[in-house]
Amino acid sequence: MMKSKLILKDGLIIDPARSIEVRGDVVIEGGKIIDSGPGAAASHSENADVVELNGMIITPGFIDMHCHLREPGFEDKETIKTGSLAAAAGGFTTICAMPNTQPPADSASTLSFIAQTSTRDSLVRVLPIGCVTAGRAGRELAPMIELAGAGAVGFSDDGSPVGDAWIMLRALEYSKPLGLPIINHCEDLSLVANGQMNEGKISTLLGIPGNPSISEEVMIARDTILAEYTGAWVHIAHISTAGGVEIVRQAKRRGVRVTAEATPHHLCLTEYAVMDYDSMARVNPPLRTQADIEALIEGLNDGTIDIIATDHAPHTADDKAQEFGLALPGISGFETALAVLLSLVHAGKIKMADLLYKMSAGPAAMLSSTGLKLGTLEKRAVADIAIIDPDHEWTVDSSVFLSKGKNSPFHGTRLKGKVKATIAGGKFVFNEIGKN
Amino acid sequence: MSNMEKERSELLTEESEQINWTKKHLLDIDDFSKAEFDLVLKTASAMKEILSRPIKKVPALRGKTIATLFYEPSTRTRGSFELAAKNLSADVINLTPASSSIVKGESLIDTLHTLQAMGVNAVVIRHSMAGAPYLAAKHARASIINAGDGWHAHPTQALLDMYTVYEQKKRLKDLKVVILGDSRHSRVARSNILGFTGVGAKVTLCGPLTLLPPSINYKYHPYPGIEIEPDIQKALNGADVVMVLRLQKERQHSGLMPDIREYKNHYQLNRQRFALAKPDAMLMHPGPVNENVEIEPELIRCPASVIDRQVANGIAVRMALLYLVIGGKNDEI
Repeated sequence: MMKSKLILKDGLIIDPARSIEVRGDVVIEGGKIIDSGPGAAASHSENADVVELNGMIITPGFIDMHCHLREPGFEDKETIKTGSLAAAAGGFTTICAMPNTQPPADSASTLSFIAQTSTRDSLVRVLPIGCVTAGRAGRELAPMIELAGAGAVGFSDDGSPVGDAWIMLRALEYSKPLGLPIINHCEDLSLVANGQMNEGKISTLLGIPGNPSISEEVMIARDTILAEYTGAWVHIAHISTAGGVEIVRQAKRRGVRVTAEATPHHLCLTEYAVMDYDSMARVNPPLRTQADIEALIEGLNDGTIDIIATDHAPHTADDKAQEFGLALPGISGFETALAVLLSLVHAGKIKMADLLYKMSAGPAAMLSSTGLKLGTLEKRAVADIAIIDPDHEWTVDSSVFLSKGKNSPFHGTRLKGKVKATIAGGKFVFNEIGKN
Repeated sequence: MSNMEKERSELLTEESEQINWTKKHLLDIDDFSKAEFDLVLKTASAMKEILSRPIKKVPALRGKTIATLFYEPSTRTRGSFELAAKNLSADVINLTPASSSIVKGESLIDTLHTLQAMGVNAVVIRHSMAGAPYLAAKHARASIINAGDGWHAHPTQALLDMYTVYEQKKRLKDLKVVILGDSRHSRVARSNILGFTGVGAKVTLCGPLTLLPPSINYKYHPYPGIEIEPDIQKALNGADVVMVLRLQKERQHSGLMPDIREYKNHYQLNRQRFALAKPDAMLMHPGPVNENVEIEPELIRCPASVIDRQVANGIAVRMALLYLVIGGKNDEI
């Protein structure tokens, strides 16, 4: 018989929102956290299921501000159902779906389709991001007030930058009273030209047209200037360049309302991953250099970069099994995100609690519009939890991904640390505790 | 002959031991050792001897099938490979997928599976996308020979250029090789940079900076030891070899350069400029030539020009490569 309480016993509780790091228990009832801390289990032992964690990390479930669930329109690549399975396996309990679906999420009816499908199919909370412009075409504003009313938590034409500065200015002005971010994919397409990987030494050797770092930097500079002018909130998606980080840092110093995200792949892979024309490493913006990685890490540590987002971008095998220049850009990221990022913790480049903050409390702060208490383990918070074994060593096998997208440049990579279980709304949505 | 052999071993391969060919594919020359360059040049020299016979045919590849798979138009490279294969008694099939098929849907991998089912021993690939032969090599049991991929590589062109220079100069080390023109979009330039620097020659790239590889202009330099000289007079000064690249005419509307007139005025190889090179300098061009664009018409067949010899040597070098790749022990298909 189902017991009313669930006790996670003897874990290392890391709740970065409250700077708590303590060995203890977490007690869940009615989909909420009702108690936590050393010895918390003792006073709740009646009518409780108990899971022994032997020191594994208990931390708020991850929140991903940037993923592609592909439904409606591209169900060969992913559905809300398979995407949510993959998210759960990666420790994510809230995921924000980018609107580059077919049709694009630029109307309340599409958002309501996503909401209904999520309610039916998803194991985790799906929050939609609406389009900035109608049809993501960059010419006319999408009905952002309507989209906000239908649950949009931000606006983006992701995949396509808002290229026209005048439209971007109007989008910032128009969205400002809604208190939601305009999330821009910052690449000046006139500078990207036909670029397919980072422009530099490797692109020259490989003869692949390069996408220079300045394509990103120029647009980040523009957007921070527009945000400063309007006082509106701009969020920089998947920042990849050292120059971009510095522009955001300077803008924050001036008080500009700008936030930024970085992805696991931009934090952990360089342009060398493209050697041998591996189309799995083709992604927009492209993988950069070690110097860019160091700058991204510095940006995470000094607060310039607010959050980590996966940019989970599933594709079919055929989408990738092509000439590099024809292969579609994108990486299926949910199921490797944490383990890949833990390499930075193991290397001493970022503290565990800081990493977890950027994956939970950080993005939760961007979602205050939802009115939900997310990204923390404090009392009465939603019981969204990830359980992590930081020492579990495993080899990535993309063929067993729960995502339909098997497109991962990490396939075959040995990683240390793994999500062992995920609890969403008080229920296990993924559980490998006890499995090796 | 023995004298030539001696010179060769002194000048190319200091550690000149005999080596066996071990490469299944010819994708690039970026991983060639000096001994491998040496083996290709020696083998090409033997093939050239065959080409001087009244009957230019030997049975070395009898019973083998070679497919040419050209996704981009080409006359000389394809013809050169076909003749080379036939001179070695191989059977040749030519596939020309419609250029429109290099779009999503028509799969290079599918085509290779078809060729494999036909029992082809080697596939010679020309493709507009860098790296396509690498994708092919991952999916084929046949040997893949790169006949030019995007901006990336044209290894047989570089090897025939090296052979042509070597044949005349009897050495490659320390020669000043100037590559003049649009090296940014040139697989010929990339492969020649790797080839000539790989055997100790000094390579200078000359052209407007918009037509030189971008990472050479800016922060990262992928080719240590090569010189960048936008001033054509300084670049040509003391050159042993001047290699002129074809200027794609569409470049003039691409924003990379003002127009052909300006290019000619500042970067065309003319007699006056060529005179800055050494008196015995060689003039090369991978073809096809845009007459009176990148080169003054009077220079094309001047005594220093080896443009026609490059074409003739191309057959010998490709015979050598086909022989090495599928003629030896390495032909388990």
